[in-house]
Amino acid sequence: MAELPTPTERFLQGILPENPVYRQLLGLCPTLAVTNNMKSAVTMAAAVAFVLFCANIIISLIRDLLKPHLRIVIFTLTIATFVTIVDKFLAAYVYSMSKELGPYIPLIIVNCIIICRCEVCASKQNVVAAASDAVGQSLGFALALFSIAGVREILGTGAFFELQILPSSWPNWIIMVLPPGAFFTLGLLLGLVNWLSNRSGKKAT
Amino acid sequence: MEFIAEIFLIAIGAALINNFVLYYFVGICPFIGVSKEVETAIGMGFAVTFVMVIASFISWSITTFILIPGAPISSFVAGFFLTPEKAASIDLTILSYIVYIFAIASSVQFVEMFVKKSYPLLYRSFGVFLPLITTNCAILFACLTIMSNVAGIDNPENAWGLSKAITLALFGGMGFTLAIVIMSGIREELNFADVPEPFKGAAITLIIAGILAMAFMGFTGVDSGIRRLLL
Repeated sequence: MAELPTPTERFLQGILPENPVYRQLLGLCPTLAVTNNMKSAVTMAAAVAFVLFCANIIISLIRDLLKPHLRIVIFTLTIATFVTIVDKFLAAYVYSMSKELGPYIPLIIVNCIIICRCEVCASKQNVVAAASDAVGQSLGFALALFSIAGVREILGTGAFFELQILPSSWPNWIIMVLPPGAFFTLGLLLGLVNWLSNRSGKKAT
Repeated sequence: MEFIAEIFLIAIGAALINNFVLYYFVGICPFIGVSKEVETAIGMGFAVTFVMVIASFISWSITTFILIPGAPISSFVAGFFLTPEKAASIDLTILSYIVYIFAIASSVQFVEMFVKKSYPLLYRSFGVFLPLITTNCAILFACLTIMSNVAGIDNPENAWGLSKAITLALFGGMGFTLAIVIMSGIREELNFADVPEPFKGAAITLIIAGILAMAFMGFTGVDSGIRRLLL
């Protein structure tokens, strides 16, 4: 059996080499849906980070008790519990944000990033590795969300965190904050990331 | 007449105007992953529609009869332990996410066993996609949309009945099928196109999806026109 990565490796891999969005193409639904401004992107990234962290730790603690044929059910039920906590928390403290994100908070349950991390890492390694993996993957996910949301908000409204940064003569590209803009931005950024990694790969060899 | 018009509006809204994939971005994973050939795309589309209708039926029933305050089954059971007023005010909607995901997972399992046993030919054509559907956000999204129209609304008379819930699921699934089949048709042609190296695969698919989403934006406002005409 192949050697499993150490906690530090897990942490570093999550950020860039195995970035959940750009490299593994996981969790695309929230990536596209909540990135029309930075504020909702930050909330989404925090919610996913919390759920991923808690679920990874719980799964890692009970990994010896898991039966192979029941494990996916256990993963989803654990995740659903934490998502309910996040949802109620948001509804209680940041109601406007919870209204804006709407169904995308409960949709974290079926976010493939979390199930994938539970399967790949938490159900095989100890708590330290699982926790650092969760932090690394969350940072990678947050990085991806912020890059897309930044591009979309700046081009779409000329603002960043609702702070006007482009001159007012800037014609707002409304299309960027509408659904098609999400597809274009992610497609172009994905191409850019591929191009950069191909180039650095060629240089290394 | 009004009822038929409402059903019609829900159907048009779910399938075209607010297409699940191109407007709400749910079900992107199969949309990118399983859209290389038209035939598999059709299989995936029908499998999703099938499960979506069944899961919506289950989740609508559970929400209406058990979860919302004053639902018949929960107040009947609680009536053994509590006073009738207290029993009628029991609100179990906090459990809804856990219940839905359980309903979806078990209905996928059930559909898989049923199709395998009764329609082996059908099973061979979309058998591989069935387990994947459990984690398809489109199904859960349909359940959540139905729930938001049944629980927690101000006027209980406006709560959706079963027919509206099933219409949403059926036409939402058909909208998904439409989007994924169009996509796979384009991608089959794409094999002959000269795409720049870094954009091959997912990147170009996403950009095409953007153009498709722009095309579907053309349906915006169709519903208000129909509403004026019918109501």
